[in-house]
Amino acid sequence: MSVRRLRAQTSSRVIDRVFIAVLLAAAIVFLAIIGGLAYSLVAGSSLSLRTFGAAFLWTSQWNPVTNQFGALPLIYGTIVSSLIAILLSGLFGVFAAVFLADFAPRPIARPLSFMIELLAAVPSVVFGLWGLFVLAPAMRNAIDPFLQKTLGFLPIFSGPSYGVGLLTAGVILALMIIPTVTALSRDVIATIPIDQREASMSLGATRWETMTKVVLPAARAGIFGAIILALGRALGETIATTMVIGNRPEISASLFAPSYTLASVIANEFTEATTDIYRNSLIELGLLLFIVSVMVNGAARLLIWSVFRRSVSAR
Amino acid sequence: MKNYPMRRFTGAAGILWSFLCAFVAAASLLLILGYIVFNGASAINWEFITQLPHPVGVEGGGVANGIIGSVITVGIATLIATPIGVLTGLYLALFARGGFAETVRFLSDVLSGIPSIAIGLFAYTVLVQPFRHFSAISASFAFAVLMLPLLVRTSEEAVRSVPRPILEGALALGLTTFRSTLLIVVPVAWPSIMTGLLLAIARVTGETAPLLFTAFGSQFWELNPTNPMAQLALQVFNYAISPYRSQNTQAWGGALLLVLAVLTLNILARLLIKSRVSVIR
Repeated sequence: MSVRRLRAQTSSRVIDRVFIAVLLAAAIVFLAIIGGLAYSLVAGSSLSLRTFGAAFLWTSQWNPVTNQFGALPLIYGTIVSSLIAILLSGLFGVFAAVFLADFAPRPIARPLSFMIELLAAVPSVVFGLWGLFVLAPAMRNAIDPFLQKTLGFLPIFSGPSYGVGLLTAGVILALMIIPTVTALSRDVIATIPIDQREASMSLGATRWETMTKVVLPAARAGIFGAIILALGRALGETIATTMVIGNRPEISASLFAPSYTLASVIANEFTEATTDIYRNSLIELGLLLFIVSVMVNGAARLLIWSVFRRSVSAR
Repeated sequence: MKNYPMRRFTGAAGILWSFLCAFVAAASLLLILGYIVFNGASAINWEFITQLPHPVGVEGGGVANGIIGSVITVGIATLIATPIGVLTGLYLALFARGGFAETVRFLSDVLSGIPSIAIGLFAYTVLVQPFRHFSAISASFAFAVLMLPLLVRTSEEAVRSVPRPILEGALALGLTTFRSTLLIVVPVAWPSIMTGLLLAIARVTGETAPLLFTAFGSQFWELNPTNPMAQLALQVFNYAISPYRSQNTQAWGGALLLVLAVLTLNILARLLIKSRVSVIR
């Protein structure tokens, strides 16, 4: 081998080393960003963590004037509005996924899937605008009075309706997360091997019985994961919720009542936070959202993976 | 099996119900788009897209500074996120093994679920608080963090979908790893990487929450990214909750512009590759 050839080979080996090092550096920067995110939220809320401790989570006073900060009403508003969203989008989204995965003829399934996925692309502020000017008046004038007349004996459907409130926020959130529930559930249902459907139908089950008694039970964990992932999105959704929830840090039994969420408080009050303890408390709300979404997302991914892995190994 | 007619009826009813659910979900897109187009079209005219906002209460004016501001902010975010995201994806697909790769992948998935408002707080503590003023660059940083998980995942999948023998063939012919990756693998994966990039841009184009305390907004022409800058999404938010009717109308106009931009990016992304790429995070 000539010397020149050898030299060329060594230099190309150096280039390869540098190349892989650059790629690795990119991955490390990426990890550093995630680490920095967690660190900055903890560091930014240190003052309120020290001052209020764990009581921050169950104190219901949110009062910037007296510098008393407790997150309970905000946690309540966040959880209740997200639960409404999960109930509605679970009910519609999972069945929509069933239709798209197994029952829809191709020429119908494709455009419907496409439209549902485009719904996920609509910006949050646009949902908020629509919710504020179209949905909120409709809730105030038609839907809330109807619920009150038919189900008004339940405390959750009593009291005056202002249009903006927990229920309206829940409906908007449901619209925003239904694409997540539908698309992921559809993909999970599609991974259940065709043999299982064929076996069920050869035993005389109808297509619907095959779906509800064979396919859905097999896909259960993954669909559950899809719903939890959607829950994570609903919990952290900010702008649309801020525009339709009424922004009042109170806990009341009625779903018509205005409420407040963790994310909306940050959105509304952060630029007005003049004292350190106020700003720290708001960042602590962000830290809370961060921790909750890490747990919720981690759990959801594990559930979805479990179904994909099982059906791949079954093939 | 007994009672066959009844079972058939239940089956038909169930399928009909599942169809209705899919139909309602898809129709809600049309319903929302319908309102946006109907209310927004009347607000959009030449003045709206070329003029600065007028002072509160004065009719007319436009959102031109917000459009430019959004383009600048998203542009800088793309410049920050693309190298980190695509190179990380490349590394995961070709060179990373075992625990490290799994960790990066898992954290990337987790990051994609972190609420944008929390990422806005991160950008605030890193780039606003130390300099004591709001800036478009801090918004770009927040947007870049929002784009990263999508970029990492789509570019990893794009590179992974290139058949391994193509890379092995190039290596066997004596090309270096560097050249066979850049000249052979990346060109094949390019359309899918571009799709991921377009979807990531679409994702942050309508994003509003982190802007509230990063870019902050401005009434003026502002082209310097180290200053507070007007943003279209922020203008839509502020005009929507404003008590003035003329500003509410402008909010619809701005929303229509946002929706047009985001849907165009999404449809472009899908046209680029034939196979289905999910926009779902």
